[in-house]
Amino acid sequence: MNQILRIAFFALIVRPLMMIVLGTNVRRSELLPNSGPAIIVANHNSHLDVFALMNVLGLKRLPNVRPVAAADYFMTRRLRRWFATRIVGIIPIDRSKIRREDGKHPLDPISEVLQNNGIVLLFPEGTRGEPEKMDDFQSGVAHIARRHPEIPITPVFMHGLGKALPKGEALLVPFFCDMFVGRPLDSQLKKRELMNQLIASMDELAAELPIEAWS
Amino acid sequence: MSHLAWEIRVTLLSIFAMLAASNCILFFKMRYYPGVDDTLIRHRIRTWWALAGLFSLALSVSPQGGVVFFGFISFLALKEFLSMSPTRRADRRVLFYAYLSVIPQYYFASTDNYQMFLVFIPVITFAWLPTRMWMIGQSDGFQKAAGTLLWALMITVYSLSHTAYLLTTSMTQDTASRTLTLDVTQVAEQHAGPGLLIFLIIMAEANDIFQYVSGKPFGKKQVSPNIAPGKTYAGLIGGIMLTTCLAGFVGPLITPMDLAHSVFAGFMIASVGFAGELCICALKRDLKITNFGATLPGHGGVLDRVGNLIFSAPLFFHFIHYCYHQ
Repeated sequence: MNQILRIAFFALIVRPLMMIVLGTNVRRSELLPNSGPAIIVANHNSHLDVFALMNVLGLKRLPNVRPVAAADYFMTRRLRRWFATRIVGIIPIDRSKIRREDGKHPLDPISEVLQNNGIVLLFPEGTRGEPEKMDDFQSGVAHIARRHPEIPITPVFMHGLGKALPKGEALLVPFFCDMFVGRPLDSQLKKRELMNQLIASMDELAAELPIEAWS
Repeated sequence: MSHLAWEIRVTLLSIFAMLAASNCILFFKMRYYPGVDDTLIRHRIRTWWALAGLFSLALSVSPQGGVVFFGFISFLALKEFLSMSPTRRADRRVLFYAYLSVIPQYYFASTDNYQMFLVFIPVITFAWLPTRMWMIGQSDGFQKAAGTLLWALMITVYSLSHTAYLLTTSMTQDTASRTLTLDVTQVAEQHAGPGLLIFLIIMAEANDIFQYVSGKPFGKKQVSPNIAPGKTYAGLIGGIMLTTCLAGFVGPLITPMDLAHSVFAGFMIASVGFAGELCICALKRDLKITNFGATLPGHGGVLDRVGNLIFSAPLFFHFIHYCYHQ
């Protein structure tokens, strides 16, 4: 990661974009973790999600913030790969490899970041999918929780950026982004219970939206 | 700065003085009545400082600076409106054109292009946006989507842009027949715009305050309990009366209007401003939201703040145009 370029990018490009063109409505930002190690899980609508979330976390926390992203998408083209790893600072995880390979568990890179007090962003839907529709959550977050039962998992419900820049569109249309932060989940739970708690928490946060119509 | 008459500079300075005074009152109130939570009012005053500061700064650069300021406000208000209202996924491109329309509308205001200013939204955009919508080919929800979008543009862009046009208004009619001995300076005659705009804004905001001070102690019967439970007849009438008085005092000082015109303008801004505010209240109730965002801490969104201008700005603009610009 190039920390100087990274801070410059977030301060000079992402922040004005989020402040002027898009705009964020954050509820309960005080529930966001102040320092690592921590895990934030959010639903995924748009490429902009990660920037909005990192912008809300702020420049002070930025050096520790690492989003988990699909290696099979972001590590393919050279420029995309450079931007994803150097500027955004992703932890690339290959979605197709689920087995242990050459003695390394596929989740090891995430554990490594968490051990270095990182704040890991996870989008358990695994894909942006159809904008503003929540897909089923992958259980990767539960596997991470089992490896690090002491680390808090904070759910964040995001809405609006799927309208601003949905999958497959290049034209950015200004819309507000709602970001509702929930109470940290109980990381000690078993896989199925943890996933149920995550789904319940997300549904509860989504219900805070006054009117949802994007047909 | 030569376009700002000394009356206007004094007015702006006294606005800042009043803000400073409210900060002082708040400070002493906190000293003697600690424990009362006044975060909201503190945020509100701080936001007023920011708004008044930015506005004065933009205006002191040139009248065009003020036009840009209000253009930006229009953009923010439109964004709030479209983010909170149901829209169709297929209409993304149409919404993009709606945002773009802010630029020509304010350009026509800044260049004093009266004809184009009047027709751009209600004639040209009115024809183009639904056309772009049928081109997409989705008929489901067409009526709702077209209605919402055009109503959004009328409120947030067309109405509000009249504030900006006030800035570039010049007075051509002879205003020598003024009835008061207090005369505005020549700068204020030649550059009447800033004075007229500040008059409109002071009246609209003062009306809010007067409604509060007369509604709080005397308010009983609600004007519309389902839409705005806090608005009472006492507040409405007190607001209109006090605003009308204030207008009679301020109007001849900072605008080329005479006493009668000022009083009428004050009455109109107060009553129509109230109507606009209740419209925004009804809209919010319908959308099941309490405010349009958090852009202005202590106030809510931009649309929550400019509700009292959506009807009063065009009406005041045309009143001035009718009386002084034929």
